[in-house]
Amino acid sequence: MKKLFAFTSVAALCAGSAALANDELLELMNDPTQWVIQTGNYANHRYSGLDQINRENVGNLQVAWTFSTGVLRGHEGSPLVIGDTMYVHTPFPNIVYALDLNDHGRIKWKYEPQQDSSVIPVMCCDTVNRGVAYANNTIFLHQADTTIVALNAETGEVKWTAVNGDPSIGETNTATVMPVKDKIIVGISGGEFGVQGHITAYDMETGELAWRGYSVGPDDQILFDENTMSLGKPVPANSSIDSWEGDQWKIGGGTTWGWYSYDPDLNLVYYGTGNPSTWNPSQRPGDNKWSMTIIARDADTGMAKWVYQKTPHDEWDYDGVNENILVDKEIDGEMRKLLVTFDRNGFAYTLDRATGELLVAEKYDPAVNWATHVDMDPASETYGRPMVVADYSTAQNGEDVNTTGICPAALGTKDQQPASYSPQTGLFYVPTNHVCMDYEPFRVSYTAGQPYVGATLSMYPAPDSHGGMGNFIAWDALAGEIKWSIPEQFSVWSGALATAGDVVFYGTLEGFLKAVDAETGEELYRFKTPSGVIGNVMSYEHDGKQYVGILSGVGGWAGIGLAAGLTNPNDGLGAVGGYAALSDYTALGGQLTVFKLPD
Amino acid sequence: MKRLRLALVFGAVAGLASAGGATENRGLPGNGPAAYKEDGRYFTEDGVPTYFIAEDGTVDWLTFSGFRRYHAECHVCHGPDGMGSTYAPPLKDAVERMDYYDFVYIVSNGIQNVDVSHQNVMPTFGQNKNVMCYIDDIYVYLKARGDGALQRGRPAKREDKSDAVASFEAECMAGG
Repeated sequence: MKKLFAFTSVAALCAGSAALANDELLELMNDPTQWVIQTGNYANHRYSGLDQINRENVGNLQVAWTFSTGVLRGHEGSPLVIGDTMYVHTPFPNIVYALDLNDHGRIKWKYEPQQDSSVIPVMCCDTVNRGVAYANNTIFLHQADTTIVALNAETGEVKWTAVNGDPSIGETNTATVMPVKDKIIVGISGGEFGVQGHITAYDMETGELAWRGYSVGPDDQILFDENTMSLGKPVPANSSIDSWEGDQWKIGGGTTWGWYSYDPDLNLVYYGTGNPSTWNPSQRPGDNKWSMTIIARDADTGMAKWVYQKTPHDEWDYDGVNENILVDKEIDGEMRKLLVTFDRNGFAYTLDRATGELLVAEKYDPAVNWATHVDMDPASETYGRPMVVADYSTAQNGEDVNTTGICPAALGTKDQQPASYSPQTGLFYVPTNHVCMDYEPFRVSYTAGQPYVGATLSMYPAPDSHGGMGNFIAWDALAGEIKWSIPEQFSVWSGALATAGDVVFYGTLEGFLKAVDAETGEELYRFKTPSGVIGNVMSYEHDGKQYVGILSGVGGWAGIGLAAGLTNPNDGLGAVGGYAALSDYTALGGQLTVFKLPD
Repeated sequence: MKRLRLALVFGAVAGLASAGGATENRGLPGNGPAAYKEDGRYFTEDGVPTYFIAEDGTVDWLTFSGFRRYHAECHVCHGPDGMGSTYAPPLKDAVERMDYYDFVYIVSNGIQNVDVSHQNVMPTFGQNKNVMCYIDDIYVYLKARGDGALQRGRPAKREDKSDAVASFEAECMAGG
């Protein structure tokens, strides 16, 4: 019955118009037997409605089958399952495999793009890719070199290609794309190369550019109008260029490589913009708008409906791209359409997603110290701004001064690794970093296509804590409280999955897939996969059986920052090198592992 | 041929011994590779830039500066403290295998190792002033790490920047 449903859906997609395709995609997202979008659904819940694997039996989980991707690099994202086919992607060179689930994962087709290898070194922090997208019987791949490819989902044949950026000036891609109605929404990377970040919509059928909204620049480039709101007020004209000195916005960063979300009723696309370039704040006075900002844009026109800048004038590389999770909850007796984000800067924000009103901003790791709190008083001049602690301000301390003991580190309390939301428990499950840093900014010059960084960082596990570099937490977004927290030796760099079986899955950098009780956090199962996990857990059903899949392959920023282990020079010579080195636990890999219950 | 070209191109950048100027402290204390100091920089007997670490742990300016520049320009691929990452090899070991001239050549021109099982590509930094104006700094820092003379982390104590180094830096960063 479920298979029949899947079949008719795909058939309808082939025949239907693109606008209809969005309705069909929505329908597919609601079918828990499939995994049709990287984020689980448009709301970024990463929740599976399947409950065959549950807290009672998950301890019996076993490996069902495995697949080697043939690439030994950081494997982020996850496979998709549409009907009887699984789509698996790889890091550079960005191979896509279509695997036949009816025939032991036989390769139905393989697509391997030809990309100039000179793109490899302009990708900051490994050649990761966060996976393909599906709509309208088409698989969408956004390659490292910013080429977007539409592939026939049945045959792998190329339907169209489009080019979104120029790697020779440091524009690259690591993210997935989001299909919305008759368009696909696409981001860009390169914040450490001084690019001008943007989000772009392409026609799903033809690849033609429909609209592009920059993160920084004049109003006609950032697509702001008189109706664009921020914190309850209209945004004045020239808001971005007035917050930079001279032409600095042209190399201002604000890249868009995170996970996007979409509210079909409001027709708004939500995403976060990254850090301003350079990392030396003294070289770019001003608020640097609209870097580090949550932006809500109209899906049809790209016009900005509302914006909220989380970290004005970033001084710590708190790259604000993290995913925005959409939930509906009751506040003071009234149902509200909410947006929850766990920002790199260590604050978890809850906003009204229709208006952008700021409702909650609380630390989700007690170690966070760079700001005391976010000003929540609408009457205040600093409403909505973080109250920065002078001791930890790399701008106030200035160039060539080493500011020490800042928490979190530039990795953020959470990086892109996506959280999960369970409508069953009402809790968010968040993979986090528990790392602090010393940060010394200094003057750098800009050269197109060359790194534009301008700061030296030393990172180390949060002091006076459990000594590990990560936590996996359950978060109550209304109370702004941690419900439980599991200490981890390394940062948790894997996307979580909550299920209707009251189980939450996540991977660890040592390579474990772990299953924990959604209510208590108690560990119920663990299995060590061949390499460290920075991919996201997904689940699907085939022939009446529930499966859980995860990509292994250590790398990414975690593989660079943690491979050799961290040190804390402040601990004195005896302790230097005393922290765990990831290279003691795992080596490069590239494998999909799929789990099931015993027959 | 390669050496000759390097010497021509980078002789000025590197501030090699032939540059002249005030030579001081011949017969430096300790067991380090530094044979003499000139204009705030240290050199081996062969006139190759190197580090100098005093008995109390004070590092020379270039080693400290190299720590900073390494962690801005190289660290995002090669990991903290020259230790390597899942993405790129440890440079503290690379400088033990190759000499100063080969190091400068590779940084300037890049290097590729791409085949079925490798996807390693280092870009060319020859036009990047943030790297090339500090190439000696980065080299001597990594050499100190590779020789085991310098522990991981930020050096606690350092010499001051000499006027000669400061004016070289200003000229190099301003130059075309």
